[in-house]
Amino acid sequence: MKRNIPVAITFIVGTVLILSVFFPPVERMGEDFSIFFDIIAVFAFFLGGGNLLRIHSDKIYRKQKDWGFSVVTVVGFCFMLAAGLFKLWNPGGIAADVAAPGSLFQLMYNWIFNPLGATMYALLAFYVASASYRAFRAKNIDATILLVASFIILLGRTPLGMYATGWIPESFSILQIPNMAIWIMVSPNLAGQRAIMIGIALGVVSMSLRLILGVERTYLGVDNE
Amino acid sequence: MNNIGIIISVVIIVLGLLWLAIRSLTGREVERRIIFLFMGLAVSLPLIFNITFSEKATPVVRNIFNKIESLPAGSRILISFDYGPSMAPEVEPMSNAFIRHSLAKGHKVILMGLWATGQSLSATAVQDIIKPEFPDKIDGVDYINIGYKAGNQGVLNVIITDFRKMYATDVNGVNLDSVAIFKGIKSLRDMDLMISVGGGFPGVKEWVLFAADPGNIPLAGGSAAVSAPTYYPYYPRQLIGLLGGIKGAAEYESEIKKHYPRFADMPTPGIKMMGPQTLAHLIVMAFIVIGNLSFFFAKRKKIDG
Repeated sequence: MKRNIPVAITFIVGTVLILSVFFPPVERMGEDFSIFFDIIAVFAFFLGGGNLLRIHSDKIYRKQKDWGFSVVTVVGFCFMLAAGLFKLWNPGGIAADVAAPGSLFQLMYNWIFNPLGATMYALLAFYVASASYRAFRAKNIDATILLVASFIILLGRTPLGMYATGWIPESFSILQIPNMAIWIMVSPNLAGQRAIMIGIALGVVSMSLRLILGVERTYLGVDNE
Repeated sequence: MNNIGIIISVVIIVLGLLWLAIRSLTGREVERRIIFLFMGLAVSLPLIFNITFSEKATPVVRNIFNKIESLPAGSRILISFDYGPSMAPEVEPMSNAFIRHSLAKGHKVILMGLWATGQSLSATAVQDIIKPEFPDKIDGVDYINIGYKAGNQGVLNVIITDFRKMYATDVNGVNLDSVAIFKGIKSLRDMDLMISVGGGFPGVKEWVLFAADPGNIPLAGGSAAVSAPTYYPYYPRQLIGLLGGIKGAAEYESEIKKHYPRFADMPTPGIKMMGPQTLAHLIVMAFIVIGNLSFFFAKRKKIDG
């Protein structure tokens, strides 16, 4: 019973969602199932939040390695949750936008979350430079082609590319570095990306069929039979 | 100041790189912290000396600008904030530029987000861009912020047939049936243009798969540079244009400044950030050359015994 009901739900929902694309009478049911999905998606927040609290509380209780960071995580989570849930300092009161200017939630978002997130992302530049230095070596023909393409893209994504080759007449504009960079993106890159996308799509179709037909049951926490 | 800044920056960096290149002729590798130091200089010196470059829009960017220009005043443009604070410095200049351009042209702007973090960023855009720069524009008439709903692409699956099944109110709790901007809007199919700004999941790709393509609705995109290559396969059929990274934002800002004298003094973070990006790219290229020099000379040394 525990296995059959979820498999039956998966079969019905999957079949209806596929049919809703091709048969207008079933379209309405497809919309309703999409709304059910959106409602269920909200519960992921409860699960995520609950899981975060459980794991970090346990770490603090057992005083495991770096438990101090867990204290910061739990305090930050509870503080931000309270600020958003009870709309603390929100000038419009409880009915106003959670991100209303002047609210505690928005202040914390703008002055803590925003700069911290941006800082983490900005560090990428340093690691990309270090990784490029080590990875882009002209060891063979393939690596050399990759190296040349990377140079064109790097230069094409700066105004210097246009300064260096802007004098080339419009009829040969493909030879201007920024246009060469775009050509690499929309031709060789496109070919590779499409091949990957089509491969992924076929994989998704096959996996979806396995799920709908009940062949794939690992999502229920049991091995396939 | 600008010229002196450029000269000082170039001299410091070029001399340092030359020294490293000469070192690499003996086959010696460069330490990671030296690379970090040069990268730090490359991104900070242009900001200190305010080094900027002029930009020329490429066709992939100009297409979006021309689309917004060609729509009749009063057209409905939906801008989705599909990003968070980590991506904001790179893609926020794009969403700000789209909002400025759309409102200056007299279009109706609807802001939303498929990312939970997008709602605060769209609220910031209303507060920092719309209210001070367009004081004559009225919330609910000329623009509206309907915020975030959970469900990722599931949200698009619903609003492509009916907005109100997912969004009953805007972020301030005002019923969508009572606002002028939503009169005559039933679903995404009533939009004249949709723009997704982001770079992760859900983002531009989901807008193509679940809204633009099935609904045959024009879609434009703005994305972080690292994600842009994955979106180019959709250009130009499913995506009318794409702003890739800060370069795309800078090109769009330069187009706005060129065509709208009222924005001559507007903040242009995209153009400003192109200084550090240009120098950072040059540094990366220089280190790739140095890396190859040390690789070849080390190899030769090994062969020579």
